[in-house]
Amino acid sequence: MKEGQIRIPSGCAISGLIDKSGKRMSGEAVLRSISVMHDRSNGLGGGFAAYGIYPEYKDFYALHIFYDNSASKKSCEEFLEQHFDIINLSKIPTRKIKVITEEPLIWRYFVTPLPTKLGGSQLDEREFVAKCVFRVNTRIDGAYIFSSGKNMGVFKAVGYPEDIGRFYRLEEYEGYCFTAHGRYPTNTPGWWGGAHPFALLDYSVVHNGEISSYDANRRTIEMYGYKCTLQTDTEVITYIVDYLHRKKGLTFSETAAVIAAPFWQTIERMTPEKRETHEYLRNVFSAQLFTGPFSILVGFEGGLMALNDRLKLRSMVVGEKGDLVYIASEEAAIRIIEPNLSRVWSPMGGEPVIVRLNGDEV
Amino acid sequence: MAVNFLYPDYEVSRNDDRCIACRVCERQCANEVHEFLADTNKMVSDDAKCVNCHRCVALCPTRALKIVKNNNTYKENANWSAKTMNELYRQASSGGVLLSSMGNPENYPVYFDKILLNASQVTNPSIDPLREPMETRVFLGAKPQNIERDEAGRIVNNLPPHLTLSMPMMFSAMSYGSISYNAHESLARAAEELGILYNTGEGGLHEDFYCYGKNTIVQVASGRFGVHPDYLNSGAAIEIKIGQGAKPGIGGHLPGEKIVGDISRTRMIPEGSDAISPAPHHDIYSIEDLRQLVFSLKEATNYQKPIIVKIAAVHNVAAIASGIARSGADIIAIDGFRGGTGAAPTRIRDHVGVPIELALAGVDKRLRDEGIRDNVSIVAGGSIRSSADIVKAIALGADCVYIATAALIALGCHLCRSCHTGKCNWGIATQVPDLVKRLNPEIGYKRLVNLLTAWQHEIKEMIGGMGINSIESLKGNRLMLRGVGLSEKELEILGIKYAGE
Ligand code: SF4
Ligand code: SF4
Repeated sequence: MKEGQIRIPSGCAISGLIDKSGKRMSGEAVLRSISVMHDRSNGLGGGFAAYGIYPEYKDFYALHIFYDNSASKKSCEEFLEQHFDIINLSKIPTRKIKVITEEPLIWRYFVTPLPTKLGGSQLDEREFVAKCVFRVNTRIDGAYIFSSGKNMGVFKAVGYPEDIGRFYRLEEYEGYCFTAHGRYPTNTPGWWGGAHPFALLDYSVVHNGEISSYDANRRTIEMYGYKCTLQTDTEVITYIVDYLHRKKGLTFSETAAVIAAPFWQTIERMTPEKRETHEYLRNVFSAQLFTGPFSILVGFEGGLMALNDRLKLRSMVVGEKGDLVYIASEEAAIRIIEPNLSRVWSPMGGEPVIVRLNGDEV
Repeated sequence: MAVNFLYPDYEVSRNDDRCIACRVCERQCANEVHEFLADTNKMVSDDAKCVNCHRCVALCPTRALKIVKNNNTYKENANWSAKTMNELYRQASSGGVLLSSMGNPENYPVYFDKILLNASQVTNPSIDPLREPMETRVFLGAKPQNIERDEAGRIVNNLPPHLTLSMPMMFSAMSYGSISYNAHESLARAAEELGILYNTGEGGLHEDFYCYGKNTIVQVASGRFGVHPDYLNSGAAIEIKIGQGAKPGIGGHLPGEKIVGDISRTRMIPEGSDAISPAPHHDIYSIEDLRQLVFSLKEATNYQKPIIVKIAAVHNVAAIASGIARSGADIIAIDGFRGGTGAAPTRIRDHVGVPIELALAGVDKRLRDEGIRDNVSIVAGGSIRSSADIVKAIALGADCVYIATAALIALGCHLCRSCHTGKCNWGIATQVPDLVKRLNPEIGYKRLVNLLTAWQHEIKEMIGGMGINSIESLKGNRLMLRGVGLSEKELEILGIKYAGE
């Protein structure tokens, strides 16, 4: 049975770090951090999102694709050629790891939309790319685009996160921001595409929890043209973040005020101006509220947002040292890579921690 | 003398050992069932006049009375039931259309009773409403298409007019005329206290009740009784009544005997004249016409009030709702075929329309498929009997529910289904001053507040159990529902899975 045919609740571990100066570091650190939380995963899926790793191709969309076989690769590449200029393509480098098995074909393409196709579609560039990703993932059997942003990439598989990191040679990548996920699903889907992070364009989400509002959120986002094929929370969270931030133009803090909205009793205590904004957001985007426990890390071009559900039903700790900000499900996962933190705190439920590269606009 | 073919359905059973001949029942019964025989010092009753409203039963100080089903039977026949035969006798003697009131009592499936709710275990904690905030506030109205910002980058409040409710319930339309002044006052005061809305129905708004304006929906029905600019501007929203679940396809009829005093003034028609609302609005013969009426009402109220369009749940309800969602209306109210009425032809009440559960599921799905669910909110009515029905309706896709029969029961109604006679012994569906005063609005409004507060508590418990702490996250959340005893097709229409899946 493949992910998407049934809905599988899962518990998890998440970890992430970002260097606000934009300095790039190797994937080693996040790998060590997530390994500490081994017991929070059960070897049924994990992965990483890395930002700033493709500076030489930063103007191109990096598509990471799983193929079941060479036939699916062929039809997918035909589709890509019809819609994109492919600047570069290669297998994603991996190393053999005993416990990582049943690997699909894993390819990477740096692409830019064909101007004629893009013009004809009357869509903006990012919407065009998103639409193409949906087309491949829903229409081309055996092909699955699991990463589609610029200057970033997702690496994921079935296994324990530390093994997956070594499999993808994560230590060889250098980026300014990394997130990681170890999964504890209550069932065995065993499909690589179902592992996390889940990503669309440059938005990537790792998530720990189970949102009780799932079907309300899913049915809403599907109305706006998204297709939830995996039936996972992470997928729906990613789409809603994409919808609110990219399509509706909300800021990340406004996005947080929608998905983990403050309680009415809190809103009533705000200044009239703030109150009006929050009332507005809760009214207009009531169907995009998430209830139930979650802690998420949303990676995006130039930053990282960490957010807990409004009751803080999942643990999440933030640590700081110089330009580096660390976020993880457990403090130990931060201490292992930076024992001398200048500040450690647990953000309140619904209170986003938004970290941006120095000099980036909010 | 003609033979009377009809034998009473119910029997008044009086325990003579208990009866103290206080004559309370005699005074309380507007149908004149009870009579005191001075010579024998005994009470007697005429079962044929009894409508089984339980007024005497409730007031008898010695509990000497009960009303029991008469066990007089015709020869048993699975095809020709006693009910069918009696109705036939009645029509054969009167030559008239059979009239009934309240909702369809026939044995059709109640889908709410075949849907079960979810609760959290292990993977997701349930939430205790006594310890954590549990939100039931809802907004009704269209959502803006785009976010607008001022020069400073702040979000501009471009919300179309909408309603804010403290809980997802409103009292649905019952006109002044079909129900009493005291019943209206109870509803209006309860709505105000609860932070919700009540609905004037098609009879206009009594001047005493203008003060409850922000908790009032004013209705515009095909008869346009009592409609004038002040009326339209007095409420928080305007409802165009196209149809009613109990009698889709036909209008209303309030007999001249009920058009007395204040009612005639409120309806703006002469005393004693029948108030007949035509079956269609004669200015709405198509969906474009509806759009014109929606916008004339918006124009008349300076685009300050949301417009509700209320329709009966009929076979094509999803397509009709889709048209309404594009008509400029802000809210669609769908009334299921079990919804109540003050009077309706029996055959129509019992045979026309579809269940609200199926209609609601179909409409919500259609509007989502067409990407226009944000254009409108959906209010579901037509026999919401409990907080569990509300939770199920919202999970199927409603934003809010309309409550009417349940509210009347809270006020004392015993569902005798005789509202059309105008002799309601509970002071609800009557204009007889002596009967009306039996309903004390001071007590009545508190009972309504109690009922809805209790339901709100129960809703919080149920959604908290699902791990949800805002009613908004239940809306359309059909994964929280499972069906039992339903066919594949029924599950498909409801958009839910079978229990165990
Ligand atoms: S109210 Fe009860 S006790 Fe009084 S007369 Fe009627 S039956 Fe008898
Ligand atoms: S309102 Fe009165 S007349 Fe109508 S059903 Fe209820 S008790 Fe009977």
